[in-house]
Amino acid sequence: MKKEKNLVVIQLSGGNDYLNTIVPYESGLYYDYRPNMGLKNESILPIDNKIAFNSNMDVLKKQFDNDNLAIMMGIGYPEPNRSHFRSMDIWHTAEPFESSSVGWLGKTVKNIDPKGDNPITAVNFGKGLPRALACPGVSVASVGALESYGLFTGVSGSQNREILLDTVDRIYQPMNPDGIPSLRLLQTGRGALDGADLLAEAPNAYKSSIEYPEDNPIAQSLKGIAQVASARLGTRIFYAQHGSFDTHTDELKNHSLLWQQLSVAIDCFQKDLKEQLLEEETVIWIFSEFGRRIADNGTGTDHGSGGVAFLLGKSVEGGLYGDYPNLEPSAQLEGDIHYNTDFRSLYSTILEDVLGVEASSVLNEKFNKLDIVKN
Amino acid sequence: MITNVEKKSLIAHLMRRAGFGCNFDQIEELSLLDYDDIVDQLLNPDFSLPEDQDLLERYFIASVEARTARHADPQWTWRLAKSKKQLEEKISLFWHGLLAVGGIKLDHGLAMLEEIDLFRKHGLDKFKTLLLKISQDPGMMYWLDNQNSHKGAPNENYGRELLELFSMGIDENGDGAYSENDVKSAAKAFTGWASKPTPPPFFLGPFPMEFNFDENDHDNSEKEFLGEKGNFNGEDIVELVSKHPSTAKFICMRLYLYFVSEEENWDEINKLSDVYLTSDGDIKKVLENIFKSDHFKSREIMFKKVKSPSDLVFGVTRLVDRFEIPELDSAELATNTLLMGQFLLNPPSVEGWHEGEEWIDSGSLIERINYASDEISNKSSNGVKRIIEIIKSKKIGSDEEFINVCLEALGYIELSDRSYKIISEHLKINNYENNEDKITDILRIIVSTPDFQYC
Repeated sequence: MKKEKNLVVIQLSGGNDYLNTIVPYESGLYYDYRPNMGLKNESILPIDNKIAFNSNMDVLKKQFDNDNLAIMMGIGYPEPNRSHFRSMDIWHTAEPFESSSVGWLGKTVKNIDPKGDNPITAVNFGKGLPRALACPGVSVASVGALESYGLFTGVSGSQNREILLDTVDRIYQPMNPDGIPSLRLLQTGRGALDGADLLAEAPNAYKSSIEYPEDNPIAQSLKGIAQVASARLGTRIFYAQHGSFDTHTDELKNHSLLWQQLSVAIDCFQKDLKEQLLEEETVIWIFSEFGRRIADNGTGTDHGSGGVAFLLGKSVEGGLYGDYPNLEPSAQLEGDIHYNTDFRSLYSTILEDVLGVEASSVLNEKFNKLDIVKN
Repeated sequence: MITNVEKKSLIAHLMRRAGFGCNFDQIEELSLLDYDDIVDQLLNPDFSLPEDQDLLERYFIASVEARTARHADPQWTWRLAKSKKQLEEKISLFWHGLLAVGGIKLDHGLAMLEEIDLFRKHGLDKFKTLLLKISQDPGMMYWLDNQNSHKGAPNENYGRELLELFSMGIDENGDGAYSENDVKSAAKAFTGWASKPTPPPFFLGPFPMEFNFDENDHDNSEKEFLGEKGNFNGEDIVELVSKHPSTAKFICMRLYLYFVSEEENWDEINKLSDVYLTSDGDIKKVLENIFKSDHFKSREIMFKKVKSPSDLVFGVTRLVDRFEIPELDSAELATNTLLMGQFLLNPPSVEGWHEGEEWIDSGSLIERINYASDEISNKSSNGVKRIIEIIKSKKIGSDEEFINVCLEALGYIELSDRSYKIISEHLKINNYENNEDKITDILRIIVSTPDFQYC
C-alpha cells in the first residue's frame, strides 16, 4: 500500500496538440507534416536525442530533470471519438463504449466518504461541475472564485448578507422525512451550505510568500486549490480547467501562450505546496480529451485521437512511459497517432496509489497499473 | 364554488406546468376567463412566423444560419423567456428531451433550430405525424446514423431507438413489446432515408441539410413487423408503431411525468392512454385531458414537481420581466441552465435528461439560489419594480399578512409550514426600518427556499 495522497486534476480543455507539446524534433516526417508549424531550434527544449519539450514548458522540463514528472507518451482509448463533448465524456466517465452520466471521480468521492460526512471531499474550481465529479447523492463544491463563493455573494453590506444566510441556513435542515421539500433536497442544501462555510474560512488561514499572477486564470485556480489544501479540510480531489486548446487556427501563438500560463501557474503552485508542507502528499494529473491531427491545416490543427498526459509530484517516479508514437503513414490511425496506454490504466494507478481506493470499485474492468508512484 | 384566490392559484399552477409561469398581473387578467378556456387557448397556439424574428436576427447575428449548437442557443432561449405561446415552447422542450438529438454529435445550429421549429409546429399534432416528421429530419437521420444504413447492410441504430426510446418503450428488465426481429425489419424499412448532405465535421460551419430518399438504396423485400407482413417502408413503420398500445402507454407516461408528476400514477396514465388510442394518437387531446382533470388540479399535484433548470431560469426571467429586447445578457440564459445541469440543444444522450430530484446537486442548488435571488432583487427589471409596487399597495397588518402578500405578488406561490414559520421568525427577529429593504430581503429568502425549487 502506498501512502494516501491528494489529487489535483488539471484538464486541458479543447484538445491539446501532442506533437507540439512533446516534439519529435529528429523526425523528418514531423516537419513534413507540419510545414508551417514544426517547432525547432529555440522553440524546443530537448529531453533526449529524439524528443523535446515545447520551449514554453521550461518549468515542466525542470520537474522532469528532477525526476518528478512522468510523461505518458500515447494515452487514449479504443475506437476514438473526435467530438469534444463525447471524448471528454469518455474521459470523465471512464466508459468508452456506453454513454453514462456518472463520473469516475464522483464515484471515487462516494467511496472515500460513503456517508457524505464531508461536503468538500472534492472541490472543483470553475463554473459548472465537470461530469467527472458528478454522481447522484455526492456533494461536490464547485467554486468560481473562493473569495466570492457561497450564497448571496451579490448582496452588498455584510450585515444584510449575514441575516439572509442565517435564515436560509435554518430553513435547510434535513428534518422533514417524508414530504415536500424532500429530505434529499434538504440534505443537498445542507451539504452546499456547510461546504460553503468551510471553504469561506480557507483564505483567512492561508499564508504564503508566493504571488500568483492575477491575469492568469489557471494560476488563480491553483492558488485557490493551495488555499483550500493548506486549510486541511479533508479535501482529497481538486479539479481545475485550462484552455481552450482547440487550436484550429493561429496555433503557434495560442498554444504557446496556454503552456506559458500553465508553466508559470505550476511553478507558483509547486513552490507554494513546498511552503505549505504539502509537497509529499499532492499529485498533479494533467490530461486533455484528445490530441490533434498529425498534419497541420496551415495555421492550426484539427481534432485527432490519442494524446499525451502528465503525472507530477514529489512522490511520482519521473520519466517517459511508453514509446513515442510512430508517425509513418502506415502506422497512423486515419491521420492520427495510435495510443499505447489505455487511460484507465492511469486511472487505476491514481485510484490505488494516489487516492488509496480500490480501482475495481470505480472501474468496470481491470486494468494493469503503471509503476509510477514511488511511495 | 371556488374562491377567487383559489381560482388564481389554480391558474398559476396551470401556467407553471403548461408553461414557465405567469406574474401577478397576467394571472389577474387570465382570471377573468374560465379555466377551461385558458386551457383551450394554450392548446391552440397560432403557428406562424413569430413577430420578433427580425429583432432576434438583428441582435443575435451569430445565430442567423447558426453554425454550431452554441450559436443556436440564443434564438431558442429568447423564445423560452419571451414567447406568449407558453405551451408551444414547453412542449418543444418536452419533445427535445424525448426525441433527443444532441450537439455532442450534431453540432449544427441550423439543423437544431429547424428541429425545435418542427416541435413547435407538430408538438401538439397527431403523434404519428410528429414521428414521421422527425424520422425524416436530417439532423435526426445523422444523429442516429441512418445515412450509414444501406440496402443489404442496414444500420439498426434508428430502428432500435425509434422503438425503445421514441415510441414503444421498454420495462425495467429492458424488455419491450417488440422483438429483435422487429428492430431488424424497422432498420430495413428505413434504408435509403438520409440527410443530404451529410454534415461534415468542419468547424467553419455546416451546410443546410434536407431529407433525401434514395430509392436505389432502399430494401424492398417483404418484412415482418409487429406481427404484420408486407413490403414496409419507413412511413409504414411509423404508422404501425404509432397505433400500438405500448406506444400509447409510453407516450402518455412520459407526458404525465413531464406535465403532472414525477411519480407514475398508472390509473391516470391508463386513462390518458385510452384517450390516445381513441383519438388516433392526438397529443392535443391527451394534454386537454391532463389539464382539465381533477387529478391535475388537486393539492397532491400542486408544488410537488422539482423544477427543471429551464423551469427555474425561464420562470424567474418571466416573473421579473428581465428583457425587453434581445440584449447581450439574454444570450447568457443558456449558460444559466447549463450551470444548473441542463445543456439545452445538447441533451446528455439519446435518452434525454433524467428529470426530478436528480436535477439538484449542491453545486446546481447554489447556482439556482444565487440566480433567483440576484434576479428578484435587481430593481432595474420592470417585473421587480412591479412586484414591489404591488406589495407596497396592500394594506398589511401582521408579519404573516406581509408574507402572504409577497407570495401572491410572486405569482401565487406557496411555502411549506416550516419554511413559512422560519420566515415569520425572521421578521420578528430583524427589525427593518426601511420597508423596501424588508421587501427585498423577504423576496430573496422566498426564492432561496427549497420550496421554490418545486412547481
